[in-house]
Amino acid sequence: MQFTKKTAASSDIPTASLPDIIFMLLIFFMVVTVFKEFRGLPIQVPAAATTEKLESKRNVAYLWMDKLGRLSIDDKLIGLEDVEPMLAEKFAGNRRLIVSLKIDKDVEMGKVNDVQEKMRDAYTLRVNYATRFK
Amino acid sequence: MIKKKKEDPEIPTASLPDIVFMLLIFFLVTTTIDMDKGIPMQLPDRGGEFKVNPENISNVLINAQGDVLIDDEIVEVAQIRDNIRTKLQSRGLDSDGKPKLIVSIKTQRETPYNAYIRVLDECKRAGATKISIAEPDK
Repeated sequence: MQFTKKTAASSDIPTASLPDIIFMLLIFFMVVTVFKEFRGLPIQVPAAATTEKLESKRNVAYLWMDKLGRLSIDDKLIGLEDVEPMLAEKFAGNRRLIVSLKIDKDVEMGKVNDVQEKMRDAYTLRVNYATRFK
Repeated sequence: MIKKKKEDPEIPTASLPDIVFMLLIFFLVTTTIDMDKGIPMQLPDRGGEFKVNPENISNVLINAQGDVLIDDEIVEVAQIRDNIRTKLQSRGLDSDGKPKLIVSIKTQRETPYNAYIRVLDECKRAGATKISIAEPDK
């Protein structure tokens, strides 16, 4: 019996569309990249094993407090009395607001509590203690 | 006159993928998809006080030195988890399938935040879902 030889299939991977694919990836990374302009106050957050990831960044407002007890929201240094109006304004714009407390590990609880009381005044009851994984 | 040889007017695109790759790698490296992480909690509503059975409350006190007292008993930080877990189990579950026991964490004004988070973390690791934050004494 005689076999007829089949024509050899081309084994080349077509690379003509490779630039397109890479361009798409490039555009994706260009869009998602956010260059941070402000990093808040210099703080060291405490470590915790039960650290969870926050669901969405859209609902998060940040409140920073450093070792010296200085407060900052939205890149501005503020006093304790400004916390409530600022958070209330944010809460009016987003009812699902979570306030992420970025507090230095050496801050005294009294100061943390003062802030929490102001948060309760502003009805922003969802709080997140920023921590890092242990 | 001698006619010059016609030049190829095309832009060489052979190195285009290389250029794009370089850009891609740059953005790959600089992108930080930084997720916010931490311990989520819910603060109590103003004026929303309600009575609970005192037997279902476990009082955790943290003093300025970071020492921990659970129900009038001094507990090392490393033993908080076992202590709370035993208490959670002894109180059983409520109708929602959550532990009945409420862990009430109270600090002093001078207590470091770090000590508070450490205790909170240990309570969560023990499986406590109902954690209340008491106001520190003035």
